[in-house]
Amino acid sequence: MQPSNAWKTPTTLNTIEFTALVGLGSLLAGFLGALTGLGGGVVIVPLLTLVFHVDIHYAIGAALVSVIATSSGAASAYVREGYSNLRVGMFLEIATTVGALVGAKLVLHMHVSVISVIFGVVLLYSAYASITQREHSSADGGPDRIATWLKMDSTYPTEKGLESYHVRGVPQGFGLMFVAGVLSGLLGIGSGAVKVLAMDRAMKLPFKVSTTTSNFMIGVTAAAGAGVYLRRGYIDPGLAMPVMLGVLAGSLIGARILERAKVKVLRMVFSGVIAVLAVEMIYNALK
Amino acid sequence: MDRAEQRMDEIIGRLLQAGVILAAMFVLAGGAVYLARHSTPATNYGVFQGEPEELRTVSGIFHEGLALRGRGLIQFGLLILIATPIARVAFSVVAFLYQRDWTYVVVTLIVLGLLVYSLLGGHGGG
Repeated sequence: MQPSNAWKTPTTLNTIEFTALVGLGSLLAGFLGALTGLGGGVVIVPLLTLVFHVDIHYAIGAALVSVIATSSGAASAYVREGYSNLRVGMFLEIATTVGALVGAKLVLHMHVSVISVIFGVVLLYSAYASITQREHSSADGGPDRIATWLKMDSTYPTEKGLESYHVRGVPQGFGLMFVAGVLSGLLGIGSGAVKVLAMDRAMKLPFKVSTTTSNFMIGVTAAAGAGVYLRRGYIDPGLAMPVMLGVLAGSLIGARILERAKVKVLRMVFSGVIAVLAVEMIYNALK
Repeated sequence: MDRAEQRMDEIIGRLLQAGVILAAMFVLAGGAVYLARHSTPATNYGVFQGEPEELRTVSGIFHEGLALRGRGLIQFGLLILIATPIARVAFSVVAFLYQRDWTYVVVTLIVLGLLVYSLLGGHGGG
C-alpha cells in the first residue's frame, strides 16, 4: 500500500500549499485525538513521514511540540476540576524526564528503520489499549508504606462527594514511567497509554485521577525531550508551525464537542486507523 | 484538598493556558511573516539537515525573534511553549515551599533541574 502516490511529491508543492495541507492534516489528528482520548501526537509522525515524506527526526520534533500544546491546553481544564494528584505526578516526573532525556539521546544512535519499527509497535499497543480501555474501579488495597511516606494518598470528587483513595506500587509505577519517558523522548509522543498503565494498574489510582494526572505529566515529559531536540536542530519552525497550530485548534474543537459525540464508535475507527498506520510504518521500515 | 491547594491548582491552570495562548500567538505571527516571504517550492524535509545555530540556542532564538524574522518568531513561540511546563514546575517548587513540604520541594527541584539541563544543556546537544 502506498498512500503517497495519491499526493504530489512535497517538492512540487509551494510553501503555502504544503503548510495548508500539513495544517489541515494536523487539525484532523488533533480533533480525533481529543475525541478519542488518544492524543493527536500519535498520528502526526506517521502522517508526516508516510504522506508528506518528511524525515522522521523533523517529524518527531514537530510532534513533541504539538504534544506540549495539547497537554498544557487540556491540563488547564482538568486541574480546575481537582482530579489530578500533584504529588504523584511530580514524583513520577523524575522518572519520565530522565527517561525522556535518555530517549532523546538514543535517537542519535538508532537507525531510522529501528525507530520506525518501535514506533509501529507502540502505535499498535496504543490502539489495542484504547479499545480495551474501561473505567474499572480498582479495589482499594489500603495504605502502602512508601506511598504513605511520600504523602500520595488523596481524595477526588465523585457524585457522592469527596472520596479518599490509597496509592500503591510506587516502585513499579516509577519503573513503568521511566519506560514511558524513554518512548516519549524517542518517538515524540505523549505515551499516555503507558502512563495510564502505570498509574491505573500498578499504582491503583482511580481511573479519573490516573488519566488526568497522566495528561498533566505529558507536557513536562515532552518539554524535556523537546529541549534536547531544539538544541540539536530537529525542530524546524516552518514544519512545526502548521503542526502545532493545527493540532491545538483540532484538540480544542474536539474537547468542546466531546460530550455530545458517540465516542465509542469513533474510538474504534480511530484505533483502526492507527493500527493501519502502525503496520504501514513497520512494513516501510523492513522493506 | 484544602483551600490553599485548590487555589494553587487554579493558578497552575491559568499559567498553562496563558503560556499556550502566548506561544500560539507568536507562532501565528511568525507563520504569517514566514508565508508572506516564501512562495517558492516548499522546503524538502525528506533530507535531514538540522537547523542553523541561530534557531537552536535560546540566545540565538531571542536574537532572531527580536529581529522579527518569520522563522525566528515561530521558534520564539515554540520556546515559550516548551518553557510553559517548566514554569509550572518552578511554580510548584514555590507552592511546596509555602506548604513547608520539604520532601516535595526536593522532588520538584530535581524535575526542574532536569528540565533546565535539557533546554540549556552542557555541550550543545551533542
